[in-house]
Amino acid sequence: MRVTVDAGRCVGSGMCVFTAGEVFDQDEDDGRAIVLRPEPPAGTRDAVRRAADLCPAGAIALSAPGTPVP
Amino acid sequence: MRRSFQASPNAYYREMDGEMIMGELLHTVTTMPAERRSGCPFDPPAELLDAHRHGPISHYTFPGGEPGWLITGYDLVRSVLADSRFSSRREFMLHPTIDYGDMKAPPAPPGEFLLMDEPQHSRYRKPLMGKFTVRRMRLLTERIEQITADHLDAMEAAGPSADLVTAFAKPIPAIVICELLGVPYQDRESFQEQVDSFMNGETSDEDLIAAYTATQNYLAELVAAKRANPTDDVLSDLVDSDLTDEELRGMALLLLAAGLDTTANMLSLGTFALLRNPEQLAALRADPALADRAVEELLRYLSVAKTFMRTALEDVEVGGRTIEAGSRVILSYNTANRDPERFTDPHALDLHRQGGGHLAFGHGIHQCLGQQLARVEMKVAFPALFNRFPALRLAVPPEEVALRPETADIYGVKSLPVTWEA
Ligand code: HEM
Ligand code: SF4
Repeated sequence: MRVTVDAGRCVGSGMCVFTAGEVFDQDEDDGRAIVLRPEPPAGTRDAVRRAADLCPAGAIALSAPGTPVP
Repeated sequence: MRRSFQASPNAYYREMDGEMIMGELLHTVTTMPAERRSGCPFDPPAELLDAHRHGPISHYTFPGGEPGWLITGYDLVRSVLADSRFSSRREFMLHPTIDYGDMKAPPAPPGEFLLMDEPQHSRYRKPLMGKFTVRRMRLLTERIEQITADHLDAMEAAGPSADLVTAFAKPIPAIVICELLGVPYQDRESFQEQVDSFMNGETSDEDLIAAYTATQNYLAELVAAKRANPTDDVLSDLVDSDLTDEELRGMALLLLAAGLDTTANMLSLGTFALLRNPEQLAALRADPALADRAVEELLRYLSVAKTFMRTALEDVEVGGRTIEAGSRVILSYNTANRDPERFTDPHALDLHRQGGGHLAFGHGIHQCLGQQLARVEMKVAFPALFNRFPALRLAVPPEEVALRPETADIYGVKSLPVTWEA
């Protein structure tokens, strides 16, 4: 699994950090989501899927590993 | 102002042996209910649950006769909130229960971005996003614990009984937000009184305007003071930008309007709900690690920010129906949070519930900016309260707890008499 965040869409809700804190963080200054682990370890993937679903702005994309980042 | 509920005309469906036979036409709701069923203070009004039983989307008739829509289904509410073809602009809104005739709502004042669309919305939300991150809010935990302990001390000293609303639920979020905004200590009491009187939903129109104006004037002074002498707070950080004083005042006002009453009512109504569900309260007491999930479940179950509105900017298909450009859609967040298709046994308060995904903070670009702060406040305050007073109970029979009318924007209790006498 590969995770990307579209910073332009992110509204800084913190839902992803709250849901999968091992994989997401927020920028200290602008509050936008940062992906800490673009290829999340096995134990976190359910939480990452949930975070992608819950993201209020539809800013989180999941793809197969190795997919080039747009 | 209470408005009585008119039973919806059952013109569009027939009931047979308790089974609903739906015609081509949808269920129609003709006004938002004014009250909840007695004995069910935590459940959405019966009329909305009933509408939902007919389907996730109903017709709604505004008091002036204008047709609109009422959405009660979880998936549909979420899809409307995520869709930029639906607007939050105040000037498009129509009051759901009061007919103002041709009088149109004015656009939101500068800075009050809850009722704006892009790109205006972003101009205000963006500079605030970094101030309300998960990490920053968690750093406030210790300070919130201190504020909570101070209030519990005062309750204990004045006890063994109290009104939980005035002693606990209101002042804690108020002090937190005053500190965030940088309201100086000596101004807090008068400032809180002003803010309270324009938000409690029970002030006369005249007093309401007076309190609102006083708050606005105070915030204007505060912005000017921060510009002259910046201190370490959100407002001071923002003066160093291209935002005007008027915009900053509007942003500060929105933070107060959106952050105070909501959190206060979650704390008081949440306490009421836990006291009425002793086995759930016992579970929380037995396992402090349950606090995070308990807070999410209370948010879902109580949904104090219960309804919002959007206006279609173009024709949009929703749930197989076409919502025409210009039509208003009433979104019932609290009914959607009880949607049996999304939540198993939705009317049960179950602090062990997993998965999240409630709509108590909304969804889409307007999803609550202060949600991480509200979470920390609740996660600190509920356990602290029940640890301090293990014998906490209602001091009146539950049916005597005074509830806010449905016409109030935010649901909750007016007061919550409690006692901890053994
Ligand atoms: C438990 C307490 C709270 C609840 C239930 C709540 C609920 C909500 C909801 C449902 C919305 C979205 C409205 C919509 O869909 O149009 C919202 C927006 C907002 N909330 Fe909260 N809120 C809470 C606490 C707070 C706090 C503590 C703050 C700030 C300190 C805050 C600030 C805001 C702001 C600024 C917005 C507007 C966001 C935007 O339009 O982009 N809220 N809140
Ligand atoms: S959940 Fe979505 S909107 Fe919220 S911080 Fe994460 S990426 Fe941004």
